[in-house]
Amino acid sequence: MKLIKLLFIVCSLLVTTTAHAEKITVAAAADLKYAMDEIVSSFNKSHSGHEVEVVYGSSGKFFTQIQQGAPYDLLFSADINYPRELAKKGFAASEVIPYAFGRVVLWSNSMDASKMTLANLSDPKITKIAIANPKHAPYGKRAEEALKSVKLWDIVQPKLVFGENIAHTAQFVQTGNAQAGIIALSLALNPALSKQGGYYLIPEKLHEPLEQGYIITKRAENKALAKTFSGYMTSKETRRIMTKYGFVLPGETVGR
Amino acid sequence: MLLTESDLQAIWLTLRLATVVTAILLVVGTPVAWWLARSRSWFKGPIGAVVALPLVLPPSVLGFYLLLAMGPNGPVGWLTQTLEVGNLPFTFWGLVLASVFYSFPFMVQPLQSAFETVGDRPLEAAATLGASRLDTFFSVVVPLSLRGFMTASILTFAHTVGEFGVVLMIGGNIPGATRVASVQIYDHVEALEYASAHRMAAIMLIFSFLVLLALYAWRSEEGKKY
Repeated sequence: MKLIKLLFIVCSLLVTTTAHAEKITVAAAADLKYAMDEIVSSFNKSHSGHEVEVVYGSSGKFFTQIQQGAPYDLLFSADINYPRELAKKGFAASEVIPYAFGRVVLWSNSMDASKMTLANLSDPKITKIAIANPKHAPYGKRAEEALKSVKLWDIVQPKLVFGENIAHTAQFVQTGNAQAGIIALSLALNPALSKQGGYYLIPEKLHEPLEQGYIITKRAENKALAKTFSGYMTSKETRRIMTKYGFVLPGETVGR
Repeated sequence: MLLTESDLQAIWLTLRLATVVTAILLVVGTPVAWWLARSRSWFKGPIGAVVALPLVLPPSVLGFYLLLAMGPNGPVGWLTQTLEVGNLPFTFWGLVLASVFYSFPFMVQPLQSAFETVGDRPLEAAATLGASRLDTFFSVVVPLSLRGFMTASILTFAHTVGEFGVVLMIGGNIPGATRVASVQIYDHVEALEYASAHRMAAIMLIFSFLVLLALYAWRSEEGKKY
């Protein structure tokens, strides 16, 4: 009897939706993982009563999902072309707003990558190199371009393993399964990774700029919170966090 | 067919993987299933539960543990390095090992129930005639359990073909080594190449349906014999 009572209480708790203030869901590219976590937690702190939830994944997947009616109110893409395309197809309720330029780095957890360059990747001791899948991941495309610019693509190709997105790629290197990898600077600067090894910033002239942009989606057209959050992206606090994770903000000089 | 070379390569790799895994599991799974069917040890419960684990575990759990275990700092990685065969993640044999775990219950469980159906009497009869245990197994049990072997092999093969999550986590998407059909389809979808995705997805759908259809048709045909 007690068990049934308990079950009943649990069930009623599960179905009760507490009446609370507005809530939005943000879809963000995997390279934003740590930066967006901080931005959202600082936003939630200063806008009590509201709630912003973040889902991380690959920009290309979000692009498809939003067209199929996924419940995302904002999309932060690692490649500005995805939101541009969505806006063209009528899935956006805002302009396409550029928010940062991403940078790629060479990273390793067993070697000091800060003393390396791309040329070191031809070293026979390095047998596996992780990059994001260039077929659909923006960071993977930039990695491929960089390797091609330094004429190493053909040499390192047999060693390449492909992550599904940039966080997955970093995980291949972090677990030591790949000795080196080309990942987002924003991930290499995260404390969990930065304590494990330095990084080599790949010169931006070696690849196309990684311009990132976001939109408010059509379904969030009338959500005030979506606009408030969008406004928060230009706040001093957000800019501080983004810069901390190595993103170059629009209007600032690219590179350093 | 309008399949690209890399599509064909992925399909071929998938078939190769499923064949190797099925062969390995026939060898490894049969004694385990036999023991589970015949043993009265208290140990039977826990072992049976371990065998069934991949049925309920999310592929992400298996993929995560395998990635760490097979990595250079894991126990399997240590073993493969000591044996100087290198590391298993991102290799065909890494996928084989993962799939052997992942498809284990699909081999063992049908075999176990087939062995249980054989019962004691044929075994006692064989023993009375002086047959050794190995002889009994191959001349009596195997012919009587053919149906179980067939079902187990087909399910194992088909389940390995249908694998995705574990492969994605430990495969590294290497053409010809770890880029199997399911991953290739995922890549097509991610790259918004829906036409290519459709073609391969349709092949997988038809293949899976035909395999199961053949299995069920054959089983009901076999069933009539008894």
